[in-house]
Amino acid sequence: MSTENPELTALLNQNYQHGFVSDIDADSLPPGLNEDTVRAISLKKNEPEFMLAWRLKAYHHWLTMVEPVWAHVAYPKIDYQQMVYYSAPKLKPTLNSLDEVDPELLRVYEKLGISLNEQKKLANVAVDAVFDSISVATTFKDKLLSMGVIFCSFSEAVQKYPELIQKYLGSIVPYTDNFFAALNAAVFSDGSFVYIPKGVRCPMELSTYFRINAASTGQFERTLIIADDDAYVSYLEGCTAPMRDENQLHAAVVEIIALDRATVKYSTVQNWYPGDKEGKGGIYNFVTKRGACRGVKSKISWTQVETGSAITWKYPSVVLQGDDSVGEFYSVAVTNNYQQADTGTKMIHIGKNTSSTIISKGISAGFGQNAYRGLVRINPGATNARNYTQCDSLLMGDRCGAHTFPYIEVKNPTAQVEHEATTSKIGADQLFFCQQRGLSAEDAVNLIVNGFCREVFRELPMEFAVEAQKLLGVSLEGSVG
Amino acid sequence: MLTIKDLHASVDNKAILQGLNLTIKPGEVHAIMGPNGSGKSTLGNVLAGREGYEVSGSVTYHNQDLLSLAPELRAQAGLFLAFQYPIEIPGVSNVYLLKAALNAKRKAQGLPEVDAMDFLSSVKEKIKAVDLDQDFLYRSVNEGFSGGEKKRNEILQMLILEPSLIILDETDSGLDIDALKVVADGVNSLRSPDRSFIVITHYQRLLDYIVPDFVHVLANGKIVASGGKELALKLEDQGYGWLDNA
Ligand SMILES: Nc1ncnc2c1ncn2[C@@H]1O[C@H](COP(=O)(O)OP(=O)(O)O)[C@@H](O)[C@H]1O
Ligand SMILES: [Mg+2]
Repeated sequence: MSTENPELTALLNQNYQHGFVSDIDADSLPPGLNEDTVRAISLKKNEPEFMLAWRLKAYHHWLTMVEPVWAHVAYPKIDYQQMVYYSAPKLKPTLNSLDEVDPELLRVYEKLGISLNEQKKLANVAVDAVFDSISVATTFKDKLLSMGVIFCSFSEAVQKYPELIQKYLGSIVPYTDNFFAALNAAVFSDGSFVYIPKGVRCPMELSTYFRINAASTGQFERTLIIADDDAYVSYLEGCTAPMRDENQLHAAVVEIIALDRATVKYSTVQNWYPGDKEGKGGIYNFVTKRGACRGVKSKISWTQVETGSAITWKYPSVVLQGDDSVGEFYSVAVTNNYQQADTGTKMIHIGKNTSSTIISKGISAGFGQNAYRGLVRINPGATNARNYTQCDSLLMGDRCGAHTFPYIEVKNPTAQVEHEATTSKIGADQLFFCQQRGLSAEDAVNLIVNGFCREVFRELPMEFAVEAQKLLGVSLEGSVG
Repeated sequence: MLTIKDLHASVDNKAILQGLNLTIKPGEVHAIMGPNGSGKSTLGNVLAGREGYEVSGSVTYHNQDLLSLAPELRAQAGLFLAFQYPIEIPGVSNVYLLKAALNAKRKAQGLPEVDAMDFLSSVKEKIKAVDLDQDFLYRSVNEGFSGGEKKRNEILQMLILEPSLIILDETDSGLDIDALKVVADGVNSLRSPDRSFIVITHYQRLLDYIVPDFVHVLANGKIVASGGKELALKLEDQGYGWLDNA
């Protein structure tokens, strides 16, 4: 029986819905990277001396590093001197209310489906929007502040809470960590900062929307989340970028610290422009995300839905230091057309009775290449550590690929480590069955794929789950063979 | 209702159906029997629009050219196939699939989506009729179901969708007598003057419960004998051998 489904293949050409470019006056540095670029960024941000010193150390360290080549991805060499490292929409110097934000910018967010208008549908979500490199407006700040919750742009945090920044910046992801983390540390221009004080359960989901707009711009944002003892926060991150023929680099860093009995849930729906059907353009998404469960009984949970980007390279990880701490990683990664993803996690067990769960769902269609790369390390002191890993791949068609690279290092004999992996093809039988029950081919694919991802989607907050399901549908339309 | 003329189907140049003719009027129940590999499932698949077959001949269903329609359009027009080997869909709950299927059909008929509460109460009623626990509504479609539970689940789908032409492909195989009665009761509850059935089976046993108007014998891709219910008894008695000389 033939394995190609022409009807479905024909549905493949749904356009990227966030591919508009906005005409906004921008304040940019010229392309290229040297010490002066780093100084200029720091100066523009009016940073204290310790920040500049840290950036410069990172820059000089970066110069000694080479771009990593171990990931299962292929792309032409990036010219770091062609890139613009700072581009900010021109704004009035201080924004006191949304009325002062460039109306064109607000229209961009409306197109993206996020509204900064507090009255509107995000009534229960506080949004920090990062546009190109700088944070534009943060809603709900006052309400949160009254509870002691700090949620603001990274730049603002550097000005207002330098002692917190100095204490924690780079404490989880040092600039020496890897090539892209070093680059980020040198040139990052903004991002989000969250601090949840002791005993506070953050009453709303905190959310950041990232958008790359300007051409030839790299986006380097940095997020730092600190949950003090007994605190709880759920944080959402969404991203889009316009359609452009050239590739754009996104090298972000996220650091999370969870102290005693604190819980941080971090959810990402990544929908950067993936490039066109022939693989032209698209975002290179090279991201370092790591959380440290510093405290006893603390918990960090990563949930990611990766549908966009030409290349995704990211391994949201948890360092389980505190006894009885918990790390989780739930991931759906979709690659269609010529997209490539090399993603997974690292769970480093240091404390006693630590446990981690990894659920990874890779979906490959077209010529997409999808790799799961995961490390589970049980250190000698991690008595009674447990890990459960489940890694499922779904192939749609004959020209895509799924790869798994699980690394397991156990140095304590009491550890319990379980690993399960499956690879399946979306079945002609399943499709025919659904169609026989009246569903269109497209709806049938959506139904089957959403079923495949259910264990991950149910970890997402409701409104994100709905968005993720829709995105998955758009990313995969017509991609069955 | 359904007129099949000179239907041929092959896979990779292997002829399976070789000139099949059959006419089914509204309200009729036709049983199709025949040895393994004679093409019974292929007939069901071709009528339902499964890809992968080279098909020629003509099939008219409710005055439409059935063979030109996509499988989902055939389903939306009331054609239902109960699968010989029901399919599992991990992570998709039974109730979700049932609702999606019903709404797809309603949409095609220009009707609004079914009201969620009405739907739930009707599903809960019908799942009792097939003697499955309510938990089955929230379990993944057919995943981890026993053979008999899968077949009952097919019948549940049929009861929800209320199709007008129902093809049962060996729905009785592997069922114990109680399950067989459940299936037969489900089918009989839908029998009506404007609904027709094609019952594919190996065993005349089922036909004690679903009494057919006609019995056909399929061999080598053709109908080689037709008759009333007594033909099924004769087959049970004498096997298919006598047909070679017929
Ligand atoms: N997809 C297929 N590819 C190759 N051969 C097939 C395929 N489907 C059916 N056949 C062959 O066609 C014949 C009829 O099959 P089937 O219709 O399943 O028979 P039945 O249901 O009467 O047992 C068998 O010889 C079977 O092997
Ligand atoms: Mg069969």
